[in-house]
Amino acid sequence: MGDKKLYTLIVHSENIAGLLNQVTAVFTRRQINIESLNVSASSIEGIHKYTITAWADAGTIEKVARQIEKKIDVLQAHYFTDDEVYSHEIALYKLSTPLLQAAPEASRTIRRYAARIVEVNPVFSIAEKNGDSADITALYRELQAAGCVLQFVRSGRVAITTSCFERVNEYLAWREEKYQRDKEERI
Amino acid sequence: MEEMITGAEALMRSLEHQGVETLFGYPGGSIMPVFDALYDHRDRLRHILVRHEQGAVHAAQGFARVSGRVGVCLVTSGPGATNTITGIADAMIDSTPVVVIAGQVSTAFLGTDAFQEVDLVGVTQPISKWSYQIRRAEDVAWAVSRAFYIARSGRPGPVVLDFSKNAQVDKAAYAPADVDFVRSYLPVPEPDMEAVRQAAELINAARRPLVLVGQGVELGNAQEELRAFIEKAGLPAASTLLGLSVLPSGHPLNKGMLGMHGNLGPNVKTNECDVLVAVGMRFDDRVTGRVEDYARQAKVVHFDIDPAELNKNVRADVAVLGDCKETLAAVTALLQPRDHSEWLGSFAPCEQEEEQRVIGPELRPQHEALSMGEVVRAVSDAVHSDAVLVTDVGQNQMMAARYFRYSRPRSIVTSGGLGTMGFGLPAAVGATFGQKGRTVCLFTGDGGLQMSLQELGTVMEQQAPVKIILLNNNYLGNVRQWQAMFFARRYSFTPMANPDYLQIAAAYGIPAVRAARREELAEAVARMLATDGPFLLEARVAEEGNVLPMTPPGARVDEMLLEC
Repeated sequence: MGDKKLYTLIVHSENIAGLLNQVTAVFTRRQINIESLNVSASSIEGIHKYTITAWADAGTIEKVARQIEKKIDVLQAHYFTDDEVYSHEIALYKLSTPLLQAAPEASRTIRRYAARIVEVNPVFSIAEKNGDSADITALYRELQAAGCVLQFVRSGRVAITTSCFERVNEYLAWREEKYQRDKEERI
Repeated sequence: MEEMITGAEALMRSLEHQGVETLFGYPGGSIMPVFDALYDHRDRLRHILVRHEQGAVHAAQGFARVSGRVGVCLVTSGPGATNTITGIADAMIDSTPVVVIAGQVSTAFLGTDAFQEVDLVGVTQPISKWSYQIRRAEDVAWAVSRAFYIARSGRPGPVVLDFSKNAQVDKAAYAPADVDFVRSYLPVPEPDMEAVRQAAELINAARRPLVLVGQGVELGNAQEELRAFIEKAGLPAASTLLGLSVLPSGHPLNKGMLGMHGNLGPNVKTNECDVLVAVGMRFDDRVTGRVEDYARQAKVVHFDIDPAELNKNVRADVAVLGDCKETLAAVTALLQPRDHSEWLGSFAPCEQEEEQRVIGPELRPQHEALSMGEVVRAVSDAVHSDAVLVTDVGQNQMMAARYFRYSRPRSIVTSGGLGTMGFGLPAAVGATFGQKGRTVCLFTGDGGLQMSLQELGTVMEQQAPVKIILLNNNYLGNVRQWQAMFFARRYSFTPMANPDYLQIAAAYGIPAVRAARREELAEAVARMLATDGPFLLEARVAEEGNVLPMTPPGARVDEMLLEC
């Protein structure tokens, strides 16, 4: 079915308990690993937004999106390739302060990657970086090589499409309008 | 001041508001307040007490399939609820509108592993169209209305209502609800008229068109539209298992059944046609065989109401999303009458070959023992092709599907997608309530009958007029056939010791007769049909009868075996 790519799937749903399960179950059935998952309130009140990344081929991601969209409480599911979204992750690096002080190249690396130090105390320091996935990993590798990483954590991806803004607004308006129109036709 | 009623009473009124008259159920601890309320409504809501909750949901399915209405099933929490799982999964894959209402422990106990607590919503989410927990009495009317709306609209399916006990006993004001809009759910997509135009163009240009008819046509009540569609352009049509009664069996353009044990003609022609038009079917692997080699030469036009079905298994050149009642009518208006007689005639050699090598030997066997096919045809002829066929799963199902004949829509009830043994008997009970007055013939095997044998109790108590035709071969026949064909006749746990079914029928007070020889068959069938109420006809059939023809698993659709 063709080459696998990293897709970003953006799902809008009603904010209902148990919905995350229903969305992830579609991936589970097809044995697709979710690379990252971010769930949060969307810009529309009462509607949640899921940003999911997964490796899949074009045919499969299309089927996954349709099967997610089929869930009653899901409004829309759309998928995008990396060139169709502007995406960001955030990462925190907890570093040993004494080791950091002993290794000045580590501080230079942090600056080179445009990360910033958000906490310094005698025991540990915290560097924060946001950016794309590859950069975050590269910084981690370099700091790890310098031997000063105590902990590392990264968020899931958040993404915004480059093509248009939230289509959900228009969709909801269209649905409400059509419902009213059909109702009037019936009367 | 508004009248305050319990959640259980609100459920009764909500069901009545939905037009429910019949429900299938089984009481238990966590649903007792509902059953108590039901006691006062029993003159309006007829409750059929089954003998196992799996029977309740299959009966609701049988009811739904023949009536076109939503089947309702009422059970308790925990094991009562989990016993319905098979039926829910079955209804999901076969698009049957069913609402399963199950008791649940009080919300205060949720998550504590309370007695008979099970996370029913969690368990049923992946196998239901919608699953919802009612936690407050004031939500009952809304939840029931939403459940029925979702179950019956668009592509139908099962809905689960998990009804916590406190919501059953608490009181709330009641007002009937009529949900007909869910903003996140679009049951019937707008027909795409550009796709309709493209479909018509392909069909008009086709020299060797073939139409595949699925259950979606029945579900969309588009039998007339389908007929007009194929008749206008002289298009040969074949049906999936679940679509068999869309067209009368005798219709000149009806070329029979698709699939693994379907007719030779449509399966062979699938790989010869130039335009394949699928309507309300989902290209199941039992229909397509090896999908990589399925109809590669053809342009595919796919009509469906469910966007997730389009391009799922077979890529469509033209996908016509929408309600087929509308889209078929729209495409028919654009069709030009065509003469496909040469193409239609090309089915004849396949038909003759199948008649000679499969159908003839099955219906007029040279061996002494009865064949399954001849029993099916004897019953079908005796009811003048006018009965509702219910089947269990396995050889009985395939033989019934192949040799039963249909003259009216909504006349076949069978477990297609899930292939649920034990489905037949309870589904047949449900079917007798779905269209009163129609004869309901159940074909079942000795294996499947014993999986739901306890439902003979329901048959007895209700005097449900099910004509049970047991095709007894003392084997789990379908698996035995596969063992014979693909596992070197190693009959691993398929021979089965059987009880005396006449004695079992007698214990339930169900009249019964056994036919073991050809000369006994006609009289046994006549007696069955002359008897009011339930009847068991045990046909002792050839032990090692095989269902043919057959596209072996993994083979190309047109590579059918005619002998084995």
